[in-house]
Amino acid sequence: MTLSPRARALLLALPLIAFTSVTFIAPLGSMLLRSVYDPLVANILPGTVAALKEWDGKGLPAEAAYAAAARELKQAREEKTLGRLATRLNRQSPGLRSAITRTGRKLQREGAPPYSESLPAIHSAWGQPELWRAIVLTGAEVTPGYYLNALDLQLAPEGKIIPQPEERRIYRALFVKTIWVSLVITLLCLSIGYPVAWFIAHAPSRQAKILLVLVLLPFWTSLLVRTTSWIVLLQQQGVVNDLLVWIGVLADDQRLTMIHNMTGTLVAMTHVLLPFMILPLYSVMSGIPAVQMQAAASLGARWPRAFWQVYLPQSLPGVGAGCLLVFILAIGYYITPALVGGQSGQLISNFIAYHMQTSLNWNLAAALGSILFIAVTLLFLLYDRVLGLDRVRLGA
Amino acid sequence: MRGYCHAAVGAALLLQALSLGAQEHDYITVTSWGGSYNRACAKAYQERFTQETGIRVKLEEYNGGLAQIRAQVETGNVNWDVVDMDSRDARLACDEGLLEAADYESLPPAPDGTPASADFIAGYDVDCGVKSLFFSMVYAYNAEKLTGPKPATMADFFDLETFPGRRGLRRGPNVNLEFALVADGVPVDQIYDVLSTPAGVDRAFRKLDALKSQAVWWETGAQPPQMLADGEVVMSTAPNGRIFTAQTLDKQPLVIVWDGQLLLPGHFAIVAGTPRLEAARRFVAFATSTQSLANITKYIAYGPMRHSALALVDKHETGIDIKPHLPNWPANAANAVLEDVEWWADNQDDMNERFAAWLLR
Repeated sequence: MTLSPRARALLLALPLIAFTSVTFIAPLGSMLLRSVYDPLVANILPGTVAALKEWDGKGLPAEAAYAAAARELKQAREEKTLGRLATRLNRQSPGLRSAITRTGRKLQREGAPPYSESLPAIHSAWGQPELWRAIVLTGAEVTPGYYLNALDLQLAPEGKIIPQPEERRIYRALFVKTIWVSLVITLLCLSIGYPVAWFIAHAPSRQAKILLVLVLLPFWTSLLVRTTSWIVLLQQQGVVNDLLVWIGVLADDQRLTMIHNMTGTLVAMTHVLLPFMILPLYSVMSGIPAVQMQAAASLGARWPRAFWQVYLPQSLPGVGAGCLLVFILAIGYYITPALVGGQSGQLISNFIAYHMQTSLNWNLAAALGSILFIAVTLLFLLYDRVLGLDRVRLGA
Repeated sequence: MRGYCHAAVGAALLLQALSLGAQEHDYITVTSWGGSYNRACAKAYQERFTQETGIRVKLEEYNGGLAQIRAQVETGNVNWDVVDMDSRDARLACDEGLLEAADYESLPPAPDGTPASADFIAGYDVDCGVKSLFFSMVYAYNAEKLTGPKPATMADFFDLETFPGRRGLRRGPNVNLEFALVADGVPVDQIYDVLSTPAGVDRAFRKLDALKSQAVWWETGAQPPQMLADGEVVMSTAPNGRIFTAQTLDKQPLVIVWDGQLLLPGHFAIVAGTPRLEAARRFVAFATSTQSLANITKYIAYGPMRHSALALVDKHETGIDIKPHLPNWPANAANAVLEDVEWWADNQDDMNERFAAWLLR
């Protein structure tokens, strides 16, 4: 059997396609799915959720719902899924954790029909419509709840979408802050990286090599080492403060707080991401012939004008590539802000990590991650619209 | 040459088989909080346990939380046998079916014959753990760096006018909410009643507002003594054991203020499905015996939860009288908050979010 050239090419690309789908598309898909799909309550309390379809949402549901709840809670306790059910309902309405676990514990001895009387006797929450509403809301397998939560919104009992109370709003401000901080870091990297890249690109080749190694050396050093050395430098009893006190700029009790706050995040992240700006700039700039600037000068342009009209436009593809790289890396960074950010230097990715590792609310983490992903994609498209992706170049 | 290779491979296999055998039968893994506390446990009873039973104890460290235990139970690959847990974790893990049920009937009686169930201090029970020691969250100051008047009450910690300077606080709602309400004049036995109302939570956060500009947030127990010694803060909340270690072993001039302290019971729990259940049970019974709990106080200032052990408490290894350093010593516990584990189980997620939002504002 002979294959067409097209099919053979496809066959060659197959390992790559398989690799990308396993390591990129599948995790991304499962994250997007998890942000709206949460079948936990529907799986553990299927009968109760079904019985509550009859309920009008006012007053208390009928005995059928109570009986189904009692039966399924008993089963959940035997199957050891009660804890997770309690966690999920408690997230919807604080206080339900103890209501569910206590009911599970006492049901065996004290639960007898009619359950509409014995359940409220075990825990008063069963006599309140709030618990039943929480089961109805969380019982839907597909829910917008996590996205609402991630945007500081909530679903009111009547089904309207309302903002969270003032003292619980976190995420919207954090998204804005994350984008703002990433922009500032990108600009800092550009303003430091551009002259450095220019210098390396046009220095004599021996010096250029040394300078390039100096840029690459930190690039090859572990991220943790670079971040923690900033702690050593910037802390209150650190090198920089010691120096300032020693030369008399500061008194001993006026030491500056430069780490564990936003300053620390900005300084450390700019340093960590700087090579991602310098390298694309350098490779584009080294392709710009130095004689062009001389030609512009010979035609009467002073240096600023020659730079502005001749050099800068040619280096823009490198600027675009560097800014895009730094910005996209910055927006998802979390180790550096976690170590040096203190309370004010935390970014949205730190909260995603928190919900993944500590609160174990993976659905909310997925919703936050998806929003970040969508935001980056939109910015990317916007960039393409305004500046054009075809002008981005990583090399000359 | 080939013969040597075979012999070497054979020997390696044999060694592996032997060590596997040893893993199954004569050692258990005990996971605990690490640092000076692990050292105290090793000296107080783990070494004696190995001598008396032949079961070796492998010590692991963790920083609380259920993630690892959950992973071990769910994959059926349990390699932690006994875990030293705080009440909240023990309770959540128990509800999730991650722990074996505890049985006070099977524990050894007090030396005078009082059954274990009556010898343990009443209350603080979790279904899956045997209570062992009282830890405590207190606040402390550096007597050398804090010149002028000395703080004595919880209200003083929040009083920036009389005691100006930065404060070390745990990053998280726990401890801070309780201390804020004590400082605001709520009696210690009504803290959680007040916190159960939205107005009470607002009140606690309003009290914390006053300290926010001067707060330095810590996350691990090792930080507060360090910050106090460096003079980075003038006062800090801290686990009492860490301050005690800094006072006695590192000779730091730190002073604990016991007023309004938060008492936290610790528990020994056995991970569900461990293949070494019998050895784990023997270990828990041994570790919570009168003698073991009394021995602990030779090395660290945590309070035994058996009446009979409290009666045996004597001197610390450095020769000082340990009793005034124990969190549940009557003079220290005169105005203490007892942690309401159920309240925290219900409100932890909610308070975490609220606290995070408060920090960002």
